[in-house]
Amino acid sequence: MTDLTAKTIAELRDGFRARDFTAREIAESYNAAVAASKALNAYTVETPDDALAAAEAADSGKSTGPLAGIPLGIKDLFATKGVDTTAGSHILQGFKPVYESTVTANLRKAGAGMLGKLNMDEFAMGSSNETSTYGPVLSPWRRRDSNVGLTPGGSSGGSAAAVAARIAPGVTGTDTGGSIRQPAAFTGICGIKPTYGRCSRWGIVSFASSLDQAGPMAKTVRDCAILLEAMAGFDPKDSTSLDLPVPQWEANLSSNLKGKRVGIPKEYRIDSVPAEINALWDQGIEWLKHAGATPVEISLPHTKYALPTYYIIAPAEASSNLARYDGVRYGLRDVPEGGNLDAMYARTRADGFGAEVKRRIMIGTYVLSAGFYDAYFTKAQRVRGLIKDDFRKAFEHCDVILTPTAPSAAFGIGETTDPLAMYLNDVFAVPASLAGLPAMSVPGGLDGQGLPLGLHLIGNELDEQTVLNAGLAIEERAGFTAKPDKWW
Amino acid sequence: MADASAPYRIKGETGEWEVVIGLEVHAQITASKAKLFSGAATAFGAEPNTQVSLVDAAMPGMLPVPNKECIRQAVRTGMALDAQINKWSRFDRKNYFYADLPQGYQISQLYHPLVGEGEVEILIDEKDESTAKTIGIERIHVEQDAGKLMHDQHPTMSYVDLNRCGVALMEIVSRPDMRSPAEAGAYLKKLRAILRYVGSCDGNMEEGSMRADVNVSVRKPGDEFGTRTETKNVNSVRFVMAVVEHEARRQVELLEEGGQVAQETRLFDPDKGVTRALRSKEDAHDYRYFPDPDLLPLELDDAFVEECRASLPELPDAKRKRFEGLGITPYNASVLTAEVETARWFDALLEAGAEPKQAANWVVAELFGALNRLGKDIADCPVSPAQAAELLKLVADGTISGTIAKQVFEIMLETGEGAGQIVESRGLKQTSDTGAIDAEIEKILAANADKVAEYKSGKQQLFGFFVGQTMKAMQGKANPGVVNERLRAKLD
Repeated sequence: MTDLTAKTIAELRDGFRARDFTAREIAESYNAAVAASKALNAYTVETPDDALAAAEAADSGKSTGPLAGIPLGIKDLFATKGVDTTAGSHILQGFKPVYESTVTANLRKAGAGMLGKLNMDEFAMGSSNETSTYGPVLSPWRRRDSNVGLTPGGSSGGSAAAVAARIAPGVTGTDTGGSIRQPAAFTGICGIKPTYGRCSRWGIVSFASSLDQAGPMAKTVRDCAILLEAMAGFDPKDSTSLDLPVPQWEANLSSNLKGKRVGIPKEYRIDSVPAEINALWDQGIEWLKHAGATPVEISLPHTKYALPTYYIIAPAEASSNLARYDGVRYGLRDVPEGGNLDAMYARTRADGFGAEVKRRIMIGTYVLSAGFYDAYFTKAQRVRGLIKDDFRKAFEHCDVILTPTAPSAAFGIGETTDPLAMYLNDVFAVPASLAGLPAMSVPGGLDGQGLPLGLHLIGNELDEQTVLNAGLAIEERAGFTAKPDKWW
Repeated sequence: MADASAPYRIKGETGEWEVVIGLEVHAQITASKAKLFSGAATAFGAEPNTQVSLVDAAMPGMLPVPNKECIRQAVRTGMALDAQINKWSRFDRKNYFYADLPQGYQISQLYHPLVGEGEVEILIDEKDESTAKTIGIERIHVEQDAGKLMHDQHPTMSYVDLNRCGVALMEIVSRPDMRSPAEAGAYLKKLRAILRYVGSCDGNMEEGSMRADVNVSVRKPGDEFGTRTETKNVNSVRFVMAVVEHEARRQVELLEEGGQVAQETRLFDPDKGVTRALRSKEDAHDYRYFPDPDLLPLELDDAFVEECRASLPELPDAKRKRFEGLGITPYNASVLTAEVETARWFDALLEAGAEPKQAANWVVAELFGALNRLGKDIADCPVSPAQAAELLKLVADGTISGTIAKQVFEIMLETGEGAGQIVESRGLKQTSDTGAIDAEIEKILAANADKVAEYKSGKQQLFGFFVGQTMKAMQGKANPGVVNERLRAKLD
């Protein structure tokens, strides 16, 4: 039997429909691979029975949706009914929601089963998966001739590692400031964050509401299109959800970019970025030219303010969103002997949250506090407007923007201890988040140490199609077939 | 009552003090049976934690969705207060930790409220139109209520009931335009009446659907505003007046002793009639208000606003003026429009054909008296407006006298029978039969020959005596006009 875990979602779907193999065989292959992947620490919960039940429904013909017979990994940020949902945090340990997030419910409706919940940075705050209460996920990738454990990136690190290690054909991720795209780049896979509002946030544990957006991660651009079509859609339970029909992204995939203009933002040329990454960027421009597109230099003048702006707005929203974890109704409750309500709050939150989450709650509380609000939060909102404006103007001159995804390849666990250095990982990803634009990372090649590097495509509002199409053009030309040697 | 037009002053050791009052009234949007941002029900008095949705309990990943009906009712209320309706408004989060606040923030509107400036006209003395005064409304915003802690269920633990959590409130903020307990009371009563006319809030203060935060400060007339205190959650008109009175005196005493009024939050103790400090400004929360990123700005379109306006009923002031235009006395008009149920009942009475002036007098004197005696509200009045109209018509067309009408009304209240039927079956019809009246007059004049003589010698006031005796003999059924006429014919 062929190795089903090597196949793309499109191949699994088509093979299942052609009865080349059964959904049960797919589920069993993946369940076995998941069970054998403990060393990666990618899954926090394994749900083989769930995957088998969905396979059963597909094989018996009860489920005929576009994802019938496809098992997926689900980031632990998505509420899954009756299955632990903890956002990688001790404060939610043991929390089993009585409800299912809209996005995962959509995937289930399309026929998908669940392989398990995927590890992540606590409350999606992190770029290396090291802030998880379950400990870091190890990337399946290693540097050439090295046994040093590498991070898969974050916050969707478990998700990225799972696809790269072939312990899930596709997964859900969420992206607040690069949390889909940076780990996708680190692990040599594809990941897309759609336009803000495409995917309902209902049932996704909130980090920063105005930025959070779910998206798929998978081996190929086509798989991302297939998954995103199933995940997206208007949801009246989310006031920020877009009331628009879901486009047929897969059917409209085309790598012919004739007539398309590719914007190359000059502000994204940063000296400190390794030469290999800038070289890959130049290579990416060539590939898109080859696909028929015309490169144009564009300017996004407020780019340098994006990271500071993001690190005001996101923590501000998070400080308020995370106030509900107070020990009163669910999750962890720690009360010191004889302690009152305030003591319970303090102890529960001190014990329940990790250092990075606490840091961001404190930053957020500070920037919203009386006397500092205007200087920080109001100003950040204004700069966010300017950044959106930059993109609006740029898209008058181009159809899609190409940049590197991250300023480095994957780094070692424990190598980056300075929080500010960690925040720099998202320097290329954050502007699109602030502007709510669709953006995707596709693998471009390997660096000198044999680690994947990603190229980043940013599209205009609602134009996921051009992003996917440009991604496909790169994918076809990059011929990225490298995969990590199995060591786990 | 003291002259309401004279300014209310507190006489202190150092002279007279003026009281400055502003009210923040929290009115539950009882017109909506669902909460502001969730579909959970809002019935009063339900078992604890039975009206709680996942959103209300702030489960992870739950999101608020505005309830259109709540917004509609707040807009209608704003219109009834002649206020600016802001077609673009926004919800903000007010952040603080408390066990009755699952989200850790209240969704409210600080920066861009739904409703802006408006006004309410009050009569400080409802009997005296010259005591009219306009109280400014600063704003109305829409916000979520919190849950309730229960401290008496367990020896060492507090329980929490989230039923009220997320219930829609309108916070109606007045300008500091009131200057006496009577003005504060009149304002609250008038506001309550308007809300009940509009139907947005049932105004039930006992069940907590309306409560007031009372801001009080004192100053020497002509001085700048003094430091104010805010007494929270006062739940009756009487208590609001008591708070103003107590707080003003307390502040005057404090200031005259050389002390300072602390800007603080206070609570009212209805048993002792005093307020006490709850927390001072120093431990006041920094609420870190910011726009709720889970919600888009609220934008109202013209059609929605027009529908709100078209759905407004006639409001108390307009109704009062209409009643006065029908010849009803200002006092009666004011009494008849103070409560929406009374006004509706009276309008139904007019529609049933009653003559306005006569009907107003009858309702205020007879009907209210009877309801008072029976301990009933107009809402459960045993006599319908149509039945009352029938009774009043019998008086107006001379079928029965006013005296008989009182009897008939009593029988109506007891038996529920119609007025016409009662008059018919009990033979209470007024008679103008001169033969019968003359016969009785003959008997009375014969029996009172001495009084006849006195009358004829000039004691004119005895005429009333003869009328009374004749009416009595006729069991009240004689037409008083005919009795008068026949008596004059006999005596003069």
